[in-house]
Amino acid sequence: MTRLRVALAGLAMSLVALPFAAYAADDGVTTFELENGMQVVVVEDHRAPVVQHMVWYRAGSADEPKGSSGVAHFLEHLLFKATDTLAEGELSATVAANGGRDNAFTSYDYTAYFQRVAADRLDLMMKMEADRMRNIRLTPANIATERNVIIEERNQRTENSPRALFNEQLRASQYLNHRYGVPIIGWRHEMETLDLEDAEAFYDTYYYPNNAVLVVSGDVDPEEVRVLAEKHYGAIPANPDLPARVRTEEPPQTAERRLIFRDPRVAQPYVSRSYLAPERDSGDQTMGAALTLLAQVLGGGTTSYFADKLQFESQKAVYSAAFYRGVSLDDTTFNVFIVPTPGVSLQEAEDAMDATLAQFMEDGVDPEQLERIKYQLRASEIYGRDDVDRIANRYGQALSSGLTVEDVQSWPDILQAVTPDDIMAAARLVLNREASVTGWLMREEEVTQ
Amino acid sequence: MTRFIAAMMVAFIAAFPAYAETKIEEVVSPGGITAWLVQEPSIPFTALELRFRGGASLDAPGKRGAINLMTGLLEEGAGDLDARGFARAQESLAASFSYRAGEDSLAVSAKFLTENRDEAVALLRSSIIEPTFEQEAIDRVREQVLSSLRSDAKDPDKIARAAFDAMAFGDHPYASQFDGTIDSVTALTRDDILEAHAAVFAKDRLYVGAVGDITPEELGPLLDDLLGALPEIGAPQPEAADILIKGGTTVIPFDTPQSVAIFGQRGIQQSDTDFFAARLLNQIVGAGGFESRLMQEVREKRGLTYGVYSYLVPQDHAATLQGQVASANDRIAEAVAVIRDEWAKAAAEGVTQEELDAAKTYVTGSYPLRFDGNGPIAKIMVGMQMLGLPIDYIPTRNDKVEAVTLDDVQRVAAELLDADSLHFVIVGEPVGLESTVAN
Repeated sequence: MTRLRVALAGLAMSLVALPFAAYAADDGVTTFELENGMQVVVVEDHRAPVVQHMVWYRAGSADEPKGSSGVAHFLEHLLFKATDTLAEGELSATVAANGGRDNAFTSYDYTAYFQRVAADRLDLMMKMEADRMRNIRLTPANIATERNVIIEERNQRTENSPRALFNEQLRASQYLNHRYGVPIIGWRHEMETLDLEDAEAFYDTYYYPNNAVLVVSGDVDPEEVRVLAEKHYGAIPANPDLPARVRTEEPPQTAERRLIFRDPRVAQPYVSRSYLAPERDSGDQTMGAALTLLAQVLGGGTTSYFADKLQFESQKAVYSAAFYRGVSLDDTTFNVFIVPTPGVSLQEAEDAMDATLAQFMEDGVDPEQLERIKYQLRASEIYGRDDVDRIANRYGQALSSGLTVEDVQSWPDILQAVTPDDIMAAARLVLNREASVTGWLMREEEVTQ
Repeated sequence: MTRFIAAMMVAFIAAFPAYAETKIEEVVSPGGITAWLVQEPSIPFTALELRFRGGASLDAPGKRGAINLMTGLLEEGAGDLDARGFARAQESLAASFSYRAGEDSLAVSAKFLTENRDEAVALLRSSIIEPTFEQEAIDRVREQVLSSLRSDAKDPDKIARAAFDAMAFGDHPYASQFDGTIDSVTALTRDDILEAHAAVFAKDRLYVGAVGDITPEELGPLLDDLLGALPEIGAPQPEAADILIKGGTTVIPFDTPQSVAIFGQRGIQQSDTDFFAARLLNQIVGAGGFESRLMQEVREKRGLTYGVYSYLVPQDHAATLQGQVASANDRIAEAVAVIRDEWAKAAAEGVTQEELDAAKTYVTGSYPLRFDGNGPIAKIMVGMQMLGLPIDYIPTRNDKVEAVTLDDVQRVAAELLDADSLHFVIVGEPVGLESTVAN
């Protein structure tokens, strides 16, 4: 942590960084915008005749009206029903008949649809995706059947999993005034009331080209993508009344929250804590980068500070970790976990974790560890070239969560520039118990002490 | 739809040569280790896939979970490095190594940069050839495995899986889960771990695939450095398993809102001349995403589930046809009835030409999409070697799919699908379903 050691680590970094430079400069990414406001990203890789075609809408569960939780995800399911020109299920059947696969996913800040198929099928994929952007035709029967499907999905993902139920309670306690506290799939009692009007209202507000990002990756030529995108998506008018993406904000969080979730199905009790944390801000990602590295330093695997103290030295933990999800439109969370070894109570485990955090604030960042992490991040730019779909996902997620192309492209350099002091400043800011929720997941019969 | 498919076939054939040109070379190292290689110099790293046939099925009697635990210990201390030292060394090279025990093989997947290839290979070598298996590491990793086993004991999917396998495979290793039981893993000693290592790691069961920035001249010596010190022979492979499961229903009560079902019957081996007919049949019945008959009938028409699938499971010593579904406790009985009906209907009436055509375009069209990265191609090549396929198989594979006729599929449907021998294991509080007496 002395100035000298940091300077040396920095020197080593700049030497090793050289061989990677060529890749950072030329990562095969082209971006442009259609006249109707639809943003387009093309990521080229010509090694295999495959294309992934994705449309990301800047509309997720956090954009839902109050009382209609789950409607963003419900609509995602309903987009596989009929349009004026496609029969119910025909889009997926057509993709399959072309050897491809398709699916969709919903998160807090976005809903995305994708197909992965032979590269010469891109025209057809765009034609169908553009069609369902504005022409979906839903029936009451669709609503009744598909509502049962999403309730079974909730059963599978959440009701059958004590961990998922526990996480739902944690998030609901973390956010006092923001929709991130409501589960993406929806609260069950609200899902049961979702109807045709709810789905169509969400669709008619958000499913427009000026609220969408097209991301095409694989064996494609950007100019060809532009021509096809203009033909299929360019013909769709923008929504002039697209609402600004303004959400209710968190008030100052001034009281630590604690909760206990008991369920007889719990096999492995553990302690989970989340802290409210700033997200990666467009044009100002240094704090997000410092938190990303803090999570790695603190709880990113075998060589992390947590693993060292809790798994190897005191052996209070079978597993420990820290996570930070930086890509988010609004305030996100920084999470820590400890799974105690048998015989260690949840109270002892939590105390050990807190003692470790306090010790970390005194010890600071090990510069050698930070240098290894940074080297791995640089190498990941090389390995990443072997998987352009992941690069494509990174753009789609970022551009639908308040970040820009420039933010995505400058991110690797911003990470490399983070100093141990930046990380410790981020830790002091975020590891604030007043803005945290600590949860214990345990079996019913256990006493709390 | 039909017109569309016809147009598609033409386009597809046009796209075919690009991946069929994937140029696989056989490399035999000076020391006699055979590997399949695809040179791909455009990105400066190599993906290396090693597989050792036998995997967790080589657990000694009473030592279930030994090979899985041994696998978890490979990176927890090797040569003169302890667990943390090994992890730091790996991070310093930005290499990635993963070690996975499976029913039929132990897989090592490695990726390393060209700029420090020799150091990365030396580190990988130490984990395979000279793991230290310190008692401290054994005890620590054992606790991680036990923690996961305790979770499995309360997980409806895992409970169903364990019950199905126990019924299906009698006293074969397949009858138990390869990560072992709380009792068997608790009892494992360091000697058991050393025996497990000797059982699995040998040249007589080794398959190698490499893709990336490496030449045959570089790969040969690399393989000798990495694997030359392995013994020639490991533990004998298990015998074929008898598939004992019979038709019926087994309900395992578990207090949870959604019942989970695994169903299955006898299947078909990949070496069978009818395998592709069975593959296409299963595509139509239960494997084909939203389009499969099961998905259409159970989810799309009735909303009874989020997902229902069937899949062929051709393992080295047994072939089964299995599936799974999950529905709320008061709806699972209907889901099970619909699946049984579809099974019987497909066996009795077969499939239509239109369904077969659509399945063929999917199965042939999706094949080239698998060749989309160094790691995936290395895995495909190892899989081909383990099946005994020729090195020039890739451009011929889709012809074999195309050659399947409607008569073939109808015959295989009648022979293979048997609603009376289909067994459902259901975990939950299903309304209107009870265990049958048989089994």
